[in-house]
Amino acid sequence: MMVDARGLGCPMPVVMTQQALKASPAELTVLVDNKTAVENVTRFSESQGYKVSVKPGDEDDFVLQLSK
Amino acid sequence: MSKKVNWWVVGSGIAVGIAALVLTLMGNPKNMGFCIACFLRDIAGATSLHSAPVVQYVRPEIIGLVLGAFIMSVASKEFKAKAGSSPATRFVLGAFVMIGALVFLGCPLRMVIRLGGGDLNAFVGLLGFVVGILVGVVVLKKGFSLKRAYNVGKAEGATLPMVMAGLLILFLAAPALFKFSEKGPGSMHAPTFVALIIALVCGALAQRARLCMVGGIRDLVMFKDAKLLYGFVAIFAVILVGNIALGNFTGFSTLSQPIAHSSHVWNFLGMVIVGWGSVLLGGCPLRQLILAGEGNADSAITVFGMIVGAAFAHNWGLAGGADSKAEDGAYVVGGISEKGQIAVIVILVLLAVISFVNIQKAVKAEKAEV
Repeated sequence: MMVDARGLGCPMPVVMTQQALKASPAELTVLVDNKTAVENVTRFSESQGYKVSVKPGDEDDFVLQLSK
Repeated sequence: MSKKVNWWVVGSGIAVGIAALVLTLMGNPKNMGFCIACFLRDIAGATSLHSAPVVQYVRPEIIGLVLGAFIMSVASKEFKAKAGSSPATRFVLGAFVMIGALVFLGCPLRMVIRLGGGDLNAFVGLLGFVVGILVGVVVLKKGFSLKRAYNVGKAEGATLPMVMAGLLILFLAAPALFKFSEKGPGSMHAPTFVALIIALVCGALAQRARLCMVGGIRDLVMFKDAKLLYGFVAIFAVILVGNIALGNFTGFSTLSQPIAHSSHVWNFLGMVIVGWGSVLLGGCPLRQLILAGEGNADSAITVFGMIVGAAFAHNWGLAGGADSKAEDGAYVVGGISEKGQIAVIVILVLLAVISFVNIQKAVKAEKAEV
């Protein structure tokens, strides 16, 4: 599953991640384009028991891989 | 719930608190060491966008906050030029937030500073602010979005920093262009370079910490995340302790507070507008300045909207008037004019309309599916 939150400001990336995690998927990919969103999505996902790894994506984007 | 304290947030909250105390000691109005709404309004006055004689001054604090965030974001490679997320809606929301703030007489930052100074009218404002945020959170949960922003050229992203740099140059080189209050809050100010340097530091810290007065309560409600709330609490604590230490603290009261009125209904509703509008915008007025500094042209548009909102607030007599003492010593409760009251109600209705028309359920489902 993938959440594309590029171009969205606070708190939309976290809201969309929260929405997607409602179904308790084993894995989730989240795309964001700013560091604030990386920090916020990471903090939220970790509070939900997910491990988060961050990789650089296309252009200046970030790809967050969430896994249980 | 994450209990980990983010020391950047606490540190920048403490810095902003100390900055407000120092700026007040050095000449800024009482309980107004740092107020984004008040200072944007003063800039609107200085540039003749409104003609209220007591609130006209080119506040270096605003210039410093934007440029501090700009420099910090460039240095940390976080500067990103972005635009296109419903700019016109943001302009209007910026104006509404400003009018709400001027009804109450302060942005969320000054609300915290007023609370720390013992002004219980700010507590009434805080209640309204929380209610506004809760309404905003419900709207967000329903699927409200101002849509995404896109990459734009660096120059577009640097618009507000460049405008602020230009304003500073004009202020220093050609002060005759501007109007300056001879009495009232606009005439009270800290020395230019002290204010500028303090604000540069605070802007840089606020950028690094993502300091936001609305984000703390919003994130606590939505995600049980207290990170930003620590900044809010740190500012309050520093102001309270500082005022007690300096002998300025005279207890908590709603009466005779500096540049404040005790018209409770309107303090409450003014801050409902600020809380609600700020959640829709994704950040309080301070945060808009910082975001505009780091390349967000939508936030720059919001700041321009706030300046225009301030002009309307004074040109149409919508802003709050402070409590005062009559010649015979009787206490006169201030507040807002009938026009101001109508404006508050109309803006609340329009916020509901803007909230409703931007709720998009389909988009959200689509994105989650990909």
